[in-house]
Amino acid sequence: MADLLRAAVAIAAKDLRVELRSRTALVSALGFAAMVLVIFNFARDSATVSREAMAPSVLWITFTFSAVIALNRSFALERENAALDALLLAPVSRTAIFLGKYLANLAFVFTIEAVALPLFVLFFGVSIRGVVSGILLTSVLATAGFVAVGTVFAAIAVRTRFAELMLPVLVLPFLLPPVIAAVQITSRLLAGRPMSEILGWLKILALYDLVFVTFCILLFPALMDE
Amino acid sequence: MTTVAAPAGPPLLLATSLERRFGTQRALRGVSLSVFPGECHLVVGPNGAGKSTLLRLLAGLARPSAGSVHLGGAPLGRDAVARRTIGLLSHQSHLYDDLSAVENLAFAARLHGLVTDPVGNARRSLAAVGLIDRVDEPVRRLSRGTVQRVAIARALMHGPRLLLLDEPLSGLDPAASEQIAGLLDDERRTGKGLVLVSHDVHESWELATHVHLLMRGAWVIDEPRSGTLEEFLARYREALHG
Amino acid sequence: MTASTEGAERVIRRGLGLMLAGFAALAAVYLVALRFTPTERFQGLPQKIFYVHVPAAWCALLAFSLVGVGSILYLWLRDPRLDLFAESAAETGIVFSLVMLTTGPLWGKPIWGTYWTWDARLTFTLLLFFLFLGYRALRSAMHDPAERARYSAVVGILGMVLVPFVHLTVYLFPTLHPQPVVLKPSTPSLPGVMLRTLFLSLGSFTILLLGFLVTRYGLGREAEARGGSDGR
Repeated sequence: MADLLRAAVAIAAKDLRVELRSRTALVSALGFAAMVLVIFNFARDSATVSREAMAPSVLWITFTFSAVIALNRSFALERENAALDALLLAPVSRTAIFLGKYLANLAFVFTIEAVALPLFVLFFGVSIRGVVSGILLTSVLATAGFVAVGTVFAAIAVRTRFAELMLPVLVLPFLLPPVIAAVQITSRLLAGRPMSEILGWLKILALYDLVFVTFCILLFPALMDE
Repeated sequence: MTTVAAPAGPPLLLATSLERRFGTQRALRGVSLSVFPGECHLVVGPNGAGKSTLLRLLAGLARPSAGSVHLGGAPLGRDAVARRTIGLLSHQSHLYDDLSAVENLAFAARLHGLVTDPVGNARRSLAAVGLIDRVDEPVRRLSRGTVQRVAIARALMHGPRLLLLDEPLSGLDPAASEQIAGLLDDERRTGKGLVLVSHDVHESWELATHVHLLMRGAWVIDEPRSGTLEEFLARYREALHG
Repeated sequence: MTASTEGAERVIRRGLGLMLAGFAALAAVYLVALRFTPTERFQGLPQKIFYVHVPAAWCALLAFSLVGVGSILYLWLRDPRLDLFAESAAETGIVFSLVMLTTGPLWGKPIWGTYWTWDARLTFTLLLFFLFLGYRALRSAMHDPAERARYSAVVGILGMVLVPFVHLTVYLFPTLHPQPVVLKPSTPSLPGVMLRTLFLSLGSFTILLLGFLVTRYGLGREAEARGGSDGR
């Protein structure tokens, strides 16, 4: 088990080092997130639709779509020089490879969210005072689930010709349950609703995470085997 | 055909009746191979013959539909330990362009469990193939020949006894090609076993101790190297058109 | 087991036979639905699309489950025929989801006054449709048959795992539209005669599904027998 974690951490560290060297994916995703927020502000009839009404949806669309953009790079970089073969030949389990990629992707997506959330607060004039921990918890739960699925689909998409197109096509249906739940929770948090109304949706998020992280770990080796 | 005395001990690699098929398609049909220390097995054949498939099966990157692969007596299953015996080198570098040679090798060291001093290990391995300058620059800035040397250093770092090589000399200028071939031959002389897959017989002929011609998934020629390159090429041509 | 043309043709014939039986049963159902089943009091004639709409949705879901089961079995047994089975089930599922997604609006307009409503069943089938499309898109983008089989199997299984979550979140999603009386998720409170017609339709649709599935499978086997995968 210790070996597994050590290998996963080494792989995640390598991914982060590569990305920090070139910063391409990170900068693109951050720019995308900021731009989406700007567009949403203007893509409404300000007389009839308030920013507050749109806020939870906008936040989650921004998070998920930026994440999908960032996820592609995770296996694209392995494909460049067939680096994945060296990874597969090393005495590390396929599960360690998945965990390493998953951890790196989580780090990326959390970084994007950490930047997008303050921008969101700024642009949409929503006050998150008092509910910051609730929003953070929701973000962590929702992200943990869809990044797992996204990592698996990134590994799949990279083997196809139009990977950047294939990844969103495959992954978007899987984003529906966590996004629905996250938006429900966020809008209730912002409206100051009691915890009892939120608990059910939080449980759904947690269940989604548990189920999908498990299945992703179980199925990933099948993608690496020939 | 010259007779070679059977070496002592189990072969470094023993592949028995390897088959690889999906539905009606068969990429490999009953291919066997044994590699002993100090041997270099050259595998040639036309495109689509199954050479890369064979190498991937030997490396454990793919599973055979039938037959087995044994490394040093132990079956190559999902077992991570068995993989320590293998070093892989191909025409692709398996390196991360944005990282330096040292960073790439240090990463490989960590994966192979060399955790005490990965960076030191990396520098030593690079020095062993003659690379001391430019090892801290991103790999994308290095010439193809230098990149292949880094790739060799990476492949050798964990002390494998078997080297699997997929077109290692392709795309190299003559000087670099000679240098790499020299390194590979040195490794063979120290007792490693090599399986070298190539579509170009000329570059790799001198390295080989055994030659194999693979066509449509099966051996057409499978023997120790003897005779001249021209004779072999004649037989190759004959097999192609026969 | 390698495919033989004769074996494949036998399968195709059987499939076509099932399809014929399915269509015949469907024709009988239409007759029954139009002439022998009472018209629903509040909704009138358009309500009869219900007998097509619900079974189509059921068949889409059934087809999807078959993709999932085929995928699991493929990863376990690695038999290429299971991959072909899953592929056939997916194509069949696309057909039935399309039927459901077109009859839904046709029914919705006269009854609810709107072509589309985000009611749980329609939304759910829409998601199934997108999952099917994604599965198909992936398959057409991969050319190595073994890799394609493995990768689509993973997608098929994950899709199957997703379905209950979609059902849960979509059903719980607060909606402004009142849930249609007849389409309650709990067993319909239909009078016996209508229920009977519904089951008749369900049966015919299922036979039709099997017919499509078997025919498609046979066609796939025939393509294999004629000379290797054509890269689809």
